[in-house]
Amino acid sequence: MEDHVLVIFPHPDDEAFGVAGTILSHTQSGTPVTYVCLTLGEMGRNMGRPLIANRETLPDIRLKELEEACRLLGIEDLRRFGMRDKTIEFTDEGLLIDRISEVIDDVKPSLIITFYPGYAVHPDHNATAAAVIQAVKKIQPDDRPTVHALAFSEGCEDILGEPDIVHDVSRFSSQKMKVIEAHQSQTAGVFQTMKQRFLDQDETVMERMNTERFWTFPVDKS
Amino acid sequence: MKPIDPRLVQETISEYAGKELYVHLETTNGAYASHNNQGFFSVGTFLRNARIKYVQGKITGEGPYRIGLELEGGWAYAEGLTDWEIDSQNQILFAGHDPDGKLAIAFQLSEKPFRK
Repeated sequence: MEDHVLVIFPHPDDEAFGVAGTILSHTQSGTPVTYVCLTLGEMGRNMGRPLIANRETLPDIRLKELEEACRLLGIEDLRRFGMRDKTIEFTDEGLLIDRISEVIDDVKPSLIITFYPGYAVHPDHNATAAAVIQAVKKIQPDDRPTVHALAFSEGCEDILGEPDIVHDVSRFSSQKMKVIEAHQSQTAGVFQTMKQRFLDQDETVMERMNTERFWTFPVDKS
Repeated sequence: MKPIDPRLVQETISEYAGKELYVHLETTNGAYASHNNQGFFSVGTFLRNARIKYVQGKITGEGPYRIGLELEGGWAYAEGLTDWEIDSQNQILFAGHDPDGKLAIAFQLSEKPFRK
Protein backbone atom coordinates (compact mmCIF):
# COMPACT_ATOMS: atom_id res chain seq x y z
CA MET A 1 0.00 0.00 0.00
CA GLU A 2 1.20 3.50 -0.86
CA ASP A 3 1.54 6.29 1.73
CA HIS A 4 0.46 9.08 -0.60
CA VAL A 5 -0.11 9.15 -4.34
CA LEU A 6 0.59 12.27 -6.42
CA VAL A 7 -1.07 12.44 -9.84
CA ILE A 8 0.21 15.13 -12.22
CA PHE A 9 -1.50 15.83 -15.55
CA PRO A 10 -2.02 18.93 -17.71
CA HIS A 11 -5.74 18.60 -18.55
CA PRO A 12 -8.98 17.88 -16.71
CA ASP A 13 -10.02 14.41 -18.07
CA ASP A 14 -6.42 13.16 -18.45
CA GLU A 15 -7.12 11.25 -15.23
CA ALA A 16 -10.33 9.71 -16.54
CA PHE A 17 -9.63 7.13 -19.23
CA GLY A 18 -6.35 5.51 -18.28
CA VAL A 19 -5.97 6.16 -14.55
CA ALA A 20 -9.37 6.52 -12.83
CA GLY A 21 -9.54 2.87 -11.72
CA THR A 22 -6.06 3.03 -10.24
CA ILE A 23 -6.87 6.26 -8.38
CA LEU A 24 -10.06 4.67 -7.01
CA SER A 25 -8.10 1.61 -5.83
CA HIS A 26 -5.92 3.97 -3.76
CA THR A 27 -8.62 6.27 -2.38
CA GLN A 28 -10.95 3.38 -1.51
CA SER A 29 -8.22 1.69 0.48
CA GLY A 30 -7.63 4.94 2.37
CA THR A 31 -4.51 6.21 0.60
CA PRO A 32 -4.66 9.99 0.09
CA VAL A 33 -4.32 11.15 -3.52
CA THR A 34 -3.20 14.64 -4.50
CA TYR A 35 -4.02 15.70 -8.06
CA VAL A 36 -2.03 18.50 -9.69
CA CYS A 37 -3.84 19.66 -12.83
CA LEU A 38 -1.86 22.25 -14.76
CA THR A 39 -4.58 23.77 -16.97
CA LEU A 40 -8.35 23.83 -17.38
CA GLY A 41 -8.20 22.50 -20.93
CA GLU A 42 -9.11 25.99 -22.16
CA MET A 43 -8.23 25.10 -25.77
CA GLY A 44 -10.41 22.00 -26.06
CA ARG A 45 -12.22 21.55 -29.35
CA ASN A 46 -15.19 19.74 -27.85
CA MET A 47 -17.86 22.21 -26.78
CA GLY A 48 -20.46 19.65 -25.70
CA ARG A 49 -23.30 18.03 -27.60
CA PRO A 50 -25.42 20.02 -28.09
CA LEU A 51 -23.01 22.97 -27.81
CA ILE A 52 -22.92 24.07 -24.17
CA ALA A 53 -19.66 26.05 -24.18
CA ASN A 54 -17.73 28.63 -26.11
CA ARG A 55 -14.02 29.44 -26.00
CA GLU A 56 -14.51 31.85 -23.09
CA THR A 57 -16.91 29.80 -20.94
CA LEU A 58 -15.13 26.45 -21.46
CA PRO A 59 -12.66 26.86 -18.56
CA ASP A 60 -15.43 27.51 -16.01
CA ILE A 61 -17.39 24.51 -17.26
CA ARG A 62 -14.32 22.27 -17.21
CA LEU A 63 -13.44 23.39 -13.68
CA LYS A 64 -16.86 22.22 -12.46
CA GLU A 65 -16.40 18.94 -14.32
CA LEU A 66 -12.94 18.48 -12.80
CA GLU A 67 -14.26 19.11 -9.29
CA GLU A 68 -17.05 16.59 -9.81
CA ALA A 69 -14.57 14.03 -11.20
CA CYS A 70 -12.38 14.52 -8.11
CA ARG A 71 -15.38 14.01 -5.84
CA LEU A 72 -16.23 10.76 -7.66
CA LEU A 73 -12.59 9.66 -7.41
CA GLY A 74 -12.31 10.40 -3.70
CA ILE A 75 -9.60 13.01 -4.34
CA GLU A 76 -9.69 15.64 -1.60
CA ASP A 77 -6.56 17.54 -2.58
CA LEU A 78 -6.84 19.11 -6.05
CA ARG A 79 -4.16 21.66 -6.89
CA ARG A 80 -4.52 23.72 -10.03
CA PHE A 81 -1.49 25.42 -11.52
CA GLY A 82 -3.52 27.97 -13.53
CA MET A 83 -1.52 27.48 -16.72
CA ARG A 84 -3.03 27.65 -20.19
CA ASP A 85 -3.83 24.59 -22.26
CA LYS A 86 -1.37 23.95 -25.14
CA THR A 87 1.32 26.27 -23.74
CA ILE A 88 3.13 23.91 -21.34
CA GLU A 89 5.98 23.13 -23.75
CA PHE A 90 6.60 26.87 -24.18
CA THR A 91 6.56 27.82 -20.51
CA ASP A 92 9.64 28.56 -18.36
CA GLU A 93 10.58 24.97 -17.59
CA GLY A 94 12.66 25.86 -14.53
CA LEU A 95 9.71 27.59 -12.88
CA LEU A 96 7.43 24.66 -13.62
CA ILE A 97 9.95 22.17 -12.20
CA ASP A 98 10.22 24.30 -9.03
CA ARG A 99 6.44 24.37 -8.58
CA ILE A 100 6.29 20.59 -8.95
CA SER A 101 9.19 20.21 -6.48
CA GLU A 102 7.26 22.31 -3.95
CA VAL A 103 4.26 19.98 -4.17
CA ILE A 104 6.50 16.91 -3.87
CA ASP A 105 8.20 18.41 -0.79
CA ASP A 106 4.79 19.18 0.68
CA VAL A 107 2.97 15.87 0.21
CA LYS A 108 6.01 13.54 0.12
CA PRO A 109 4.40 11.00 -2.21
CA SER A 110 5.51 7.38 -2.28
CA LEU A 111 4.19 7.13 -5.84
CA ILE A 112 3.83 9.66 -8.66
CA ILE A 113 1.59 8.97 -11.66
CA THR A 114 2.10 11.05 -14.81
CA PHE A 115 2.65 10.59 -18.54
CA TYR A 116 5.75 8.98 -20.06
CA PRO A 117 7.80 11.87 -21.51
CA GLY A 118 8.16 11.54 -25.27
CA TYR A 119 5.54 8.80 -25.59
CA ALA A 120 2.32 10.57 -24.69
CA VAL A 121 1.33 12.21 -28.02
CA HIS A 122 0.08 15.63 -26.83
CA PRO A 123 2.89 18.21 -26.42
CA ASP A 124 1.38 19.23 -23.03
CA HIS A 125 1.54 15.60 -21.84
CA ASN A 126 5.18 15.22 -22.85
CA ALA A 127 6.25 18.59 -21.42
CA THR A 128 4.43 18.00 -18.11
CA ALA A 129 5.97 14.57 -17.71
CA ALA A 130 9.45 15.83 -18.60
CA ALA A 131 9.20 18.49 -15.87
CA VAL A 132 7.96 15.91 -13.34
CA ILE A 133 10.95 13.66 -14.10
CA GLN A 134 13.35 16.60 -13.67
CA ALA A 135 11.76 17.43 -10.31
CA VAL A 136 12.09 13.81 -9.16
CA LYS A 137 15.73 13.71 -10.28
CA LYS A 138 16.50 16.58 -7.90
CA ILE A 139 15.60 14.34 -4.96
CA GLN A 140 18.31 12.17 -3.36
CA PRO A 141 18.10 8.69 -4.99
CA ASP A 142 17.11 6.94 -1.76
CA ASP A 143 14.25 9.35 -1.12
CA ARG A 144 12.75 9.33 -4.63
CA PRO A 145 9.15 8.26 -5.09
CA THR A 146 8.37 5.59 -7.67
CA VAL A 147 7.08 7.03 -10.96
CA HIS A 148 4.42 5.17 -12.91
CA ALA A 149 4.19 6.61 -16.41
CA LEU A 150 1.43 6.39 -18.99
CA ALA A 151 2.45 5.93 -22.65
CA PHE A 152 0.24 5.58 -25.70
CA SER A 153 2.08 6.92 -28.73
CA GLU A 154 2.05 4.75 -31.86
CA GLY A 155 4.63 1.98 -31.52
CA CYS A 156 5.65 2.94 -27.96
CA GLU A 157 5.70 -0.70 -26.86
CA ASP A 158 8.26 -1.54 -29.58
CA ILE A 159 10.66 0.83 -27.82
CA LEU A 160 9.60 0.71 -24.15
CA GLY A 161 8.61 -2.94 -24.09
CA GLU A 162 5.46 -4.20 -22.40
CA PRO A 163 4.21 -2.13 -19.45
CA ASP A 164 5.46 -3.64 -16.18
CA ILE A 165 2.49 -2.41 -14.14
CA VAL A 166 -0.89 -3.82 -15.19
CA HIS A 167 -3.80 -3.10 -12.86
CA ASP A 168 -7.06 -5.02 -13.07
CA VAL A 169 -9.53 -2.26 -12.17
CA SER A 170 -12.69 -4.09 -13.28
CA ARG A 171 -14.24 -3.73 -9.82
CA PHE A 172 -14.18 0.05 -10.27
CA SER A 173 -15.51 0.11 -13.84
CA SER A 174 -18.93 1.58 -13.08
CA GLN A 175 -17.43 4.37 -10.96
CA LYS A 176 -14.77 4.96 -13.64
CA MET A 177 -17.58 5.31 -16.18
CA LYS A 178 -19.10 8.04 -13.99
CA VAL A 179 -15.76 9.87 -13.88
CA ILE A 180 -15.56 9.83 -17.67
CA GLU A 181 -19.18 11.01 -17.86
CA ALA A 182 -18.41 13.85 -15.43
CA HIS A 183 -16.23 15.46 -18.10
CA GLN A 184 -19.34 15.81 -20.22
CA SER A 185 -18.31 18.81 -22.32
CA GLN A 186 -15.45 16.64 -23.61
CA THR A 187 -16.92 13.17 -23.58
CA ALA A 188 -20.60 13.61 -24.46
CA GLY A 189 -19.95 12.71 -28.11
CA VAL A 190 -18.24 9.41 -27.41
CA PHE A 191 -19.66 8.48 -24.04
CA GLN A 192 -22.98 6.91 -25.05
CA THR A 193 -21.31 4.83 -27.77
CA MET A 194 -18.62 3.75 -25.35
CA LYS A 195 -21.06 2.85 -22.60
CA GLN A 196 -23.16 0.77 -25.00
CA ARG A 197 -20.07 -1.04 -26.30
CA PHE A 198 -19.07 -1.75 -22.70
CA LEU A 199 -22.51 -3.15 -21.91
CA ASP A 200 -22.29 -5.23 -25.11
CA GLN A 201 -18.95 -6.50 -23.78
CA ASP A 202 -17.00 -5.13 -26.77
CA GLU A 203 -13.45 -6.42 -26.24
CA THR A 204 -11.55 -3.16 -26.91
CA VAL A 205 -13.75 -1.08 -24.62
CA MET A 206 -13.81 -3.78 -21.90
CA GLU A 207 -10.00 -3.91 -21.98
CA ARG A 208 -9.78 -0.12 -21.80
CA MET A 209 -12.21 0.11 -18.88
CA ASN A 210 -10.92 -2.85 -16.90
CA THR A 211 -7.16 -2.67 -17.35
CA GLU A 212 -4.80 0.24 -16.66
CA ARG A 213 -1.17 -0.03 -17.75
CA PHE A 214 1.92 1.87 -16.66
CA TRP A 215 5.64 1.77 -17.13
CA THR A 216 7.84 2.31 -14.07
CA PHE A 217 9.98 5.24 -15.20
CA PRO A 218 13.71 4.53 -14.79
CA VAL A 219 14.56 7.82 -13.04
CA ASP A 220 17.91 6.50 -11.78
CA LYS A 221 19.03 5.47 -15.27
CA SER A 222 17.77 8.45 -17.25
CA MET B 1 -23.69 30.47 -29.36
CA LYS B 2 -26.19 30.76 -32.18
CA PRO B 3 -25.95 30.39 -35.95
CA ILE B 4 -24.52 33.47 -37.62
CA ASP B 5 -27.02 36.02 -38.92
CA PRO B 6 -24.86 37.91 -41.43
CA ARG B 7 -26.99 41.06 -41.26
CA LEU B 8 -26.63 41.39 -37.48
CA VAL B 9 -22.94 40.52 -37.66
CA GLN B 10 -22.35 43.20 -40.30
CA GLU B 11 -24.02 45.78 -38.05
CA THR B 12 -21.77 44.73 -35.17
CA ILE B 13 -18.60 44.81 -37.29
CA SER B 14 -19.45 48.31 -38.50
CA GLU B 15 -20.21 49.47 -34.97
CA TYR B 16 -16.79 48.38 -33.67
CA ALA B 17 -14.77 49.97 -36.50
CA GLY B 18 -12.26 52.50 -35.22
CA LYS B 19 -12.18 51.13 -31.67
CA GLU B 20 -9.07 49.87 -29.88
CA LEU B 21 -9.74 46.15 -29.53
CA TYR B 22 -8.16 42.96 -28.25
CA VAL B 23 -8.25 40.02 -30.63
CA HIS B 24 -8.28 36.26 -30.14
CA LEU B 25 -7.61 34.32 -33.34
CA GLU B 26 -7.19 30.58 -33.34
CA THR B 27 -7.38 27.66 -35.71
CA THR B 28 -6.98 24.07 -34.62
CA ASN B 29 -7.31 20.57 -35.96
CA GLY B 30 -6.70 19.08 -32.53
CA ALA B 31 -3.56 17.78 -30.86
CA TYR B 32 -4.45 14.21 -31.83
CA ALA B 33 -4.89 14.76 -35.59
CA SER B 34 -1.53 13.22 -36.53
CA HIS B 35 -1.96 10.49 -33.89
CA ASN B 36 -5.31 9.42 -35.31
CA ASN B 37 -4.12 9.73 -38.90
CA GLN B 38 -0.36 9.34 -39.34
CA GLY B 39 -0.33 11.07 -42.74
CA PHE B 40 -2.19 14.15 -41.51
CA PHE B 41 -0.27 17.42 -41.72
CA SER B 42 -1.28 19.10 -38.49
CA VAL B 43 -1.42 22.89 -38.38
CA GLY B 44 -2.93 25.43 -36.06
CA THR B 45 -2.36 28.95 -34.84
CA PHE B 46 -3.19 30.86 -31.69
CA LEU B 47 -2.97 34.55 -30.90
CA ARG B 48 -4.69 36.02 -27.82
CA ASN B 49 -4.88 39.59 -26.61
CA ALA B 50 -3.02 41.23 -29.48
CA ARG B 51 -4.33 44.76 -29.98
CA ILE B 52 -5.91 45.85 -33.24
CA LYS B 53 -7.97 48.69 -34.66
CA TYR B 54 -9.80 48.26 -37.95
CA VAL B 55 -10.94 50.83 -40.44
CA GLN B 56 -13.73 48.74 -41.92
CA GLY B 57 -14.77 45.11 -42.11
CA LYS B 58 -17.13 42.73 -43.89
CA ILE B 59 -18.81 39.40 -43.45
CA THR B 60 -19.15 37.43 -46.68
CA GLY B 61 -20.07 33.97 -47.93
CA GLU B 62 -23.20 31.85 -47.82
CA GLY B 63 -22.30 30.03 -44.58
CA PRO B 64 -19.89 28.98 -43.32
CA TYR B 65 -18.94 32.65 -43.44
CA ARG B 66 -15.76 34.69 -43.86
CA ILE B 67 -14.92 37.86 -41.95
CA GLY B 68 -12.18 40.24 -43.06
CA LEU B 69 -11.10 43.36 -41.18
CA GLU B 70 -9.02 46.07 -42.82
CA LEU B 71 -6.60 47.32 -40.17
CA GLU B 72 -4.89 50.66 -40.27
CA GLY B 73 -1.70 48.95 -41.40
CA GLY B 74 -2.76 45.46 -42.47
CA TRP B 75 -5.51 42.85 -42.45
CA ALA B 76 -7.13 40.23 -40.24
CA TYR B 77 -9.17 37.44 -41.77
CA ALA B 78 -11.02 34.28 -40.72
CA GLU B 79 -13.00 31.68 -42.66
CA GLY B 80 -15.20 28.76 -41.72
CA LEU B 81 -17.29 30.73 -39.22
CA THR B 82 -20.66 29.23 -38.32
CA ASP B 83 -21.77 30.58 -34.92
CA TRP B 84 -21.51 33.73 -32.86
CA GLU B 85 -22.57 35.53 -29.73
CA ILE B 86 -21.95 38.74 -27.82
CA ASP B 87 -21.41 37.49 -24.28
CA SER B 88 -22.19 39.09 -20.92
CA GLN B 89 -18.74 40.76 -20.94
CA ASN B 90 -19.58 42.39 -24.29
CA GLN B 91 -16.98 40.19 -26.00
CA ILE B 92 -17.82 39.38 -29.61
CA LEU B 93 -17.23 35.69 -30.18
CA PHE B 94 -17.22 34.06 -33.62
CA ALA B 95 -16.54 30.35 -34.00
CA GLY B 96 -16.49 27.74 -36.73
CA HIS B 97 -17.75 24.34 -35.64
CA ASP B 98 -17.21 21.31 -37.85
CA PRO B 99 -20.08 18.87 -38.62
CA ASP B 100 -19.23 16.98 -35.37
CA GLY B 101 -19.64 20.20 -33.36
CA LYS B 102 -15.91 20.56 -32.71
CA LEU B 103 -14.42 24.01 -32.71
CA ALA B 104 -12.07 24.50 -35.67
CA ILE B 105 -11.63 28.28 -35.62
CA ALA B 106 -12.29 31.06 -33.15
CA PHE B 107 -12.18 34.77 -33.97
CA GLN B 108 -13.01 37.09 -31.07
CA LEU B 109 -12.92 40.82 -30.41
CA SER B 110 -13.18 42.67 -27.13
CA GLU B 111 -12.63 46.17 -25.77
CA LYS B 112 -11.20 44.64 -22.57
CA PRO B 113 -8.44 42.01 -22.58
CA PHE B 114 -9.54 38.38 -22.60
CA ARG B 115 -8.61 36.34 -19.52
CA LYS B 116 -5.06 35.07 -19.88
